[in-house]
Order: sequence, then C-alpha cells, then structure tokens
Amino acid sequence: MNDFVNASLFFGGAVSILAYGLGVLLQKKTKLAVCNPLLISICITILALALTRTEYSCYMKSAQYLSYLLTPATVCLAVPLYEQLSLLRDNWKAVLAGILSGVLTSLSCVFVLALVFKLSHKEYVTLLPKSITTAIGIGVSEKLGGYMSLTAAVIILTGIFGNVFAESVCRIFHITHPVAKGIAIGTASHAVGTAKAMEMGEIEGAMSSLSIVVSGLITVAGASLFAQFIQ
Amino acid sequence: MKYIKQFAIILVISFLGEAAGRFIPLPVPASIYGLIFMLGALRLGVFHCSAVKETSTFLIEIMPLMFIPAAAGLLTMKNIIKPVLLPYAVITAVSTVLVMVVAGRVTQAVIRRSQKRAEAEEHE
Repeated sequence: MNDFVNASLFFGGAVSILAYGLGVLLQKKTKLAVCNPLLISICITILALALTRTEYSCYMKSAQYLSYLLTPATVCLAVPLYEQLSLLRDNWKAVLAGILSGVLTSLSCVFVLALVFKLSHKEYVTLLPKSITTAIGIGVSEKLGGYMSLTAAVIILTGIFGNVFAESVCRIFHITHPVAKGIAIGTASHAVGTAKAMEMGEIEGAMSSLSIVVSGLITVAGASLFAQFIQ
Repeated sequence: MKYIKQFAIILVISFLGEAAGRFIPLPVPASIYGLIFMLGALRLGVFHCSAVKETSTFLIEIMPLMFIPAAAGLLTMKNIIKPVLLPYAVITAVSTVLVMVVAGRVTQAVIRRSQKRAEAEEHE
C-alpha cells in the first residue's frame, strides 16, 4: 500500500486539492481568519504525508504539476493589471510612493530587528528579501551570500502570514481604498498575498500584482545596500 | 479551440519569459519577464484581452493551490529552521504587518491628498 502511494502520480495532487477544498469549507463554517484555506491545506498536506509515511520527494512527483502552473499563472496576472491600467495612470504617484515606502520599511525593519536579536551577517542577509517573490528573493539571497533554502522558507512563511492576516490588518489600520489595499498586500506578501487580494476584488488584485514586480525590482537594489549595514 | 488558443498564448509568453530569464544577467525570474511581456503585448495590441481572458481567470483563481507543494516542503527544512526559529518568526510577523500598514497608509494618504487638491481646483 505504502509503495503504491509513494509511486503514485496522482496522490500528491489529489491530497493538495482536497485539503484546499476542506480549508474553504472550514473557513465558510467558522469565518475565522486563521481558518485560511491555504494555511489549512498546507497543514493537512503535511499531516497526510506524515500519516501515510510518504517521502516529500514522492509527493512532489505529482504535486510538481501544481507548481508547474505557477509561472503561467504569474504571467496571467498581467491581464487584470492591464484592465486597471487607467486607474494606475491616475494614481501612479500614490502607488510608487506606497511601494517604495513599503520596501524601505521591510529592509529597515529586518535591519533593526537583526540588531535586536544580534544576528550574524549571513543570518541577516538571508532575511532581507523576505517580502518579495520567491524566485527573485532566492537570487538576492544567493548574491548576498545568505542561506538560500532558509530564504525560501521565510518567503513562503511571509506569504502565508500575509494571506491569512491581510483582511484583518486592512480593517484594523483603516486601509479602505482598494488601490491602497492591493499595494499593501502585494508589497508585504508577494504572490501568496496577491492570491488573497484577487479574492478581495479586481482592483486589489491588479495593484497587488503590480507590487510584486515593482517591489521585487526595488528590493534587488535596496538589499545590496542594506547588506553592508551588518558585517 | 478557444481554450487551446488561450493556453497556447500563455505558454508561449511563459517560454519567452523563460528565455529572457536565462539570457539576461539579472536576478529576475521567468515569471516576472513573462508578466511584463504579457502586459506589453496587451498594451501594444498584439492580441486582445479576450484572447487570454477565460484561461487567465482560471489560472489566477486556482493560484493558491500552486503554493501548497512548496509550502509543504517546509517540512523537509525543519532542521535548518529550528536554530533560528524564534528570531525569524518574530521578524517575519512584525515586518510583514508593518510593511502592509506603511505601504497601505502611504498609498491611501497620497491618493486622498491629490483628490482633495482636485476638488479644491474645481471649486475655484
């Protein structure tokens, strides 16, 4: 039985999608932010792998087809963005100011907290690209000499955290304008947060998509400057 | 045919993005080049929005699923996460919320200021 599951080409995909469906149901029932479908599906998937004693590499044999679609899906984010282009033209100053201040906040916050926790240079630069999309972030971490796999882990956790708390943070801190919400979510929690922004509305989703690109590119430059602050 | 055409366009652009990522020596991934190419193609009128609309809506809707495999991979990283767990957890939580608040509030403040200015100009 276990050999069969380990070799299966559909087990991983089926488990992931079923787990997500279960998460959607749970959120509908409880209406709690913590019952986030993505968070729940990750927990259930990890649990399912542990219970069936399936190796992660075996799970990936089928789950990789879900990840495979990530690049085409990211490319598609251009479509809602294109549809909101006139809104972007009217608000470009606000959008640029928002993303720039967000990136600066991210880098400074990591810097200050790294001092507080007395992190080493390597541990510090690992964290600098935490709010940007995985593929750019890992590249930045590699260039600055960080722990690349740890950067990947922190980026994913940041995304999940942003996805779970995006709505609560916007409500508590009175971020009500849809453009502002989108910029906030995308700049803080890249594509995983953007998935949430897409659910909130077309404008939120489009602005969040834009923030992934712009904040990613600004961070590439900003992180190499901030990397020199802790030796 | 509709979905075949749409998926073909999306995959071709993903491929072009992949090529750009491979040959341009910047730490920018295929997906970001692809997003920029797609936006450019729509803007320049290479094809109309409707030529990719349904398939892109579908892919965006199922996007959360695509993060599950990588996130489940955190399981295999527990040994490297454990020694830095506390500082990293605090930094991740605090900075994510702070960035969200600052980026959102700054965007909102600038939008409101320019709206007020536009209204003031109208009254003159």
